[in-house]
Amino acid sequence: MASHYEAPIRKPLVLGDKGYHEVSVDIAAPVEGRANKQWWIVFSIALVAFLWGVGCIIYTISTGIGTWGLNRTVNWAWDITNFVWWVGIGHAGTLISAVLLLFRQKWRMAINRSAEAMTIFSVIQAGLFPIIHMGRPWLAYWVVPIPNAYGSLWVNFNSPLLWDVFAISTYLSVSLVFWWTGLLPDFAMIRDRAVKPFQKKIYSLVSFGWSGRAKDWQRFEEVSLVLAGLATPLVLSVHTIVSFDFATSVIPGWHTTIFPPYFVAGAIFSGFAMVQTLLIIMRKVCNLEAYITVQHIELMNIVIMITGSIVGCAYITELVIAWYSGVEYEQYAFLNRATGPYWWSYLLMMTCNVVSPQVMWFKKIRTSILISFIISIVVNIGMWFERFVIIVTSLHRDYLPSSWTMFSPSFVDIGIFIGTIGFFFVLFLLYSRTFPVIAQAEVKSILKSSGERYKKLREAGKPLYEMPKTLAEISAAGSVEENSERAAASRENQVNTLLDRLGTFDPITDKADDLKRIKGIGPQMERALNQLGIYTFAQVSRMTEEEYNMLDEITGSFPGRAQRDDWAGQAQVLNAKKQ
Amino acid sequence: MYTFSNRLKIGSLVLMALGLLGMGIGFISAPSTVEEAQAMVATSHDDGHGGGHEAADASHGAAADAHGEEAGHGTDHGEHLLHQLQNRPWSAVYIAAFFFFMLALGVLAFYAIQRAAQAGWSPLLFRVMEGITSYIVPGGIVIFVILVLSVMHMNHLFVWMDAETVAEDALLQGKAGYLNPTFFLIRAAFFLGGWIAYREISRRLSLAQDKSDDNSNFIKNFKWSAGFLVFYLVTESMMSWDWIMSLDPHWFSTLFGWYVFASMFVSGITTIALVTIYLKSRGYLPDVNNSHIHDLAKFMFGISIFWTYLWFGQFMLIWYANIPEEVTYFVTRIEDFKLPFFGMVVMNFIFPLLVLMNSDYKRVNWFVVMTGIVVLVGHYLDVYIMITPATVGDQWYIGIPEIGAVLFFAGAFIFWVFRALTKAPLQPERNPFLEESRQFHY
Repeated sequence: MASHYEAPIRKPLVLGDKGYHEVSVDIAAPVEGRANKQWWIVFSIALVAFLWGVGCIIYTISTGIGTWGLNRTVNWAWDITNFVWWVGIGHAGTLISAVLLLFRQKWRMAINRSAEAMTIFSVIQAGLFPIIHMGRPWLAYWVVPIPNAYGSLWVNFNSPLLWDVFAISTYLSVSLVFWWTGLLPDFAMIRDRAVKPFQKKIYSLVSFGWSGRAKDWQRFEEVSLVLAGLATPLVLSVHTIVSFDFATSVIPGWHTTIFPPYFVAGAIFSGFAMVQTLLIIMRKVCNLEAYITVQHIELMNIVIMITGSIVGCAYITELVIAWYSGVEYEQYAFLNRATGPYWWSYLLMMTCNVVSPQVMWFKKIRTSILISFIISIVVNIGMWFERFVIIVTSLHRDYLPSSWTMFSPSFVDIGIFIGTIGFFFVLFLLYSRTFPVIAQAEVKSILKSSGERYKKLREAGKPLYEMPKTLAEISAAGSVEENSERAAASRENQVNTLLDRLGTFDPITDKADDLKRIKGIGPQMERALNQLGIYTFAQVSRMTEEEYNMLDEITGSFPGRAQRDDWAGQAQVLNAKKQ
Repeated sequence: MYTFSNRLKIGSLVLMALGLLGMGIGFISAPSTVEEAQAMVATSHDDGHGGGHEAADASHGAAADAHGEEAGHGTDHGEHLLHQLQNRPWSAVYIAAFFFFMLALGVLAFYAIQRAAQAGWSPLLFRVMEGITSYIVPGGIVIFVILVLSVMHMNHLFVWMDAETVAEDALLQGKAGYLNPTFFLIRAAFFLGGWIAYREISRRLSLAQDKSDDNSNFIKNFKWSAGFLVFYLVTESMMSWDWIMSLDPHWFSTLFGWYVFASMFVSGITTIALVTIYLKSRGYLPDVNNSHIHDLAKFMFGISIFWTYLWFGQFMLIWYANIPEEVTYFVTRIEDFKLPFFGMVVMNFIFPLLVLMNSDYKRVNWFVVMTGIVVLVGHYLDVYIMITPATVGDQWYIGIPEIGAVLFFAGAFIFWVFRALTKAPLQPERNPFLEESRQFHY
């Protein structure tokens, strides 16, 4: 990879005083901790939506496609709109992990894991639609070219819908492999930190015995690079093939050569917007603000702005060329979009996709988390309408005026869409509690070149690492007694400050609690705490990060343990129970 | 400081002289009457491939019969032939002029992207890029002059400029709002003005940055580059519709602008690689290492594939839907230009794909140079295939006029670019990413 030198004007990518250990602790925290109430609430909502969607799908398949709002003219609407929308969203993940890897963008490291997860979960949603929109989905396996008893009746390889099958299935499998390979070192980290045997067992299974030897790392990097090189053309080709569904036809408004790159640009656009939406929430909920910084949000906004401009340019190109072509059907298709019965969807698409990303030209706006969040949602609404406009407005009025018609969705159309959103969030919420959501191995690889702590050290001209002073060294510096005396005195000082903050224990009025009930405190640790003068839950519950650090410094054992196990939180609960 | 080597200078002047000679021969030997044109075609066919000629003639006759207007057809055919043959030297000049202009413009786009993206590897190459982009001033003026001459009816390159043709053609009348000579020239002046303005501003800021003691020029340059890229995104597409697509005024393709972009982008990057390797071999770029070449070669490789993607996207969609008004574009190209049409795909895609796939090869200078030359020839062919079928049709041949024009503009390009390189130190001094670029290792 690129060298370790970094221009001083580059902003740090990891904020705060983070060393390697802190990175592990922060990233493992959501996996090692327990889900809170909000998580369960959101998860239940998503699950209900998902189950509702399952109901709608079962209803469709058992009753027939006629339950949808489709008609003889508009025979593709919400189904394919949602399909293309979900596939599009799925593109940012591979883009972030593959294309940004090829372009050596270090900022991708904090976001690629979640972006890839998002890819996989949204491609799963997309993959539902080609099956459920079939009239006879139980014969779906006929799209696969397998030798059979019908005199080896095969598929026709000329149809873009068949190319879709290959594109989507390849895309899903390659993305999955790419994602999982990247997860190996991170799963290994969770495995090595796990205390509970069940957790240890699971993470040992999924980390495939990763031991992080030099040879493994070398091959790991090579594989990542090769997969990135393969995934990049894949990303382009997958959405291109999806665009061929329309562009190869002869429908005015569909048949246009700009579709392949324009769909890809739109996919990056909507995909990044979705990553933005999810990460803005995730950084807050999982306390990852030090890794997913405002700079990351700003850079994603810039990508959104660029791809939004490309998409805007394509819209204008289509309009101008429709006029230029002199083909009246083509001209009418665009006139119909702008002024026909679906003018509002065209207007919505134009404002959401072309106008809204342009505000990102202002630094104030693109560094504002709230506005970024809003725009990211607006963009995805706009991109849904883009697909809707392309599909429905081109179909409902084309060559023969006698077949002009309208389209309105039924509750089943809507229900299935809501169901896929629910399913997506079910998967994503489960993911965020069980997977390391940031690639710790990768973040660690840029920590010394781009971490704030090391950048500051370099600026100050200090070495990036100093060996911790051992007791022997301290004594070597001065006379033994003097030093040990000084050490004892300073230790006493530290203990006093700590007790000042936590409150002292008075054996006459107070009663000592069984500190061992706090998870993470064993008999030995309890003794150590008692020696310091810490006996009650009340005392422990007053601990914050600062006190934890002081405690670590005094005891010198299990650094970071208290914080990880959230002793204070546990103590608070136990204290409340006691009273 | 770089000094223009005498050998290179003389070489470029010789190229220009030879090119002028070739172009002159092209213009002199173009026919001026219908009879002359028919005679020329007859002799050339006798000389060359007599066998195929009769078959072609027979099919031609059959087609004419089908029309049922044999009487009028003879003179129509002759006039058509005359225009094609008269167009040939003009077309050759236009293709070469555009091709070399496109190199400079492609480099300018790449340069702006590098600045806007705050790339850490490329600042060492900025002066090389600036040297190459200096050509857009003379190159742009030449193109503009050709366009003005076309508007003045000195040639028949653009059919829609011919009032008589437009009068008979309802489709062209419909497009007259866009395709009319005045507006056409205003647009061309606007595009060229914008591109040249950015190039000059950016160059000035880049030189000023070397002497200043803060980064303000660098930041200004960053902003100008971002602005330019927006301008470029829009104007490049329109330029390609105006200067190339309108040669086939009945045909249209929404992808066309981006397709032309891919072609100019990859050939521009190739030019940067070639010039860098040349300067490095002369010892002028001591801090440029083979990782920089590796990166350039990767871009050549990647954008070659991107070009193919767009080429295929455009071709396949039109071939697949087979709508008559669009598909004629490819029908003429495949019927009359089979070898160059598919040959360029081999040169622009298969060859770089196979050669530059290997990571080690991308660091070997002669590999990059060899691929670069093939890619440049391939993209010359690409431009040739975009333009010639509309102007010369099946009377095409790559002979003295074409080679002469290429030699002339190649000489002019080399002369102007290397002259510009002598004007400033080849390595910037105060770019904030310079140290990153110097230490760049991949």
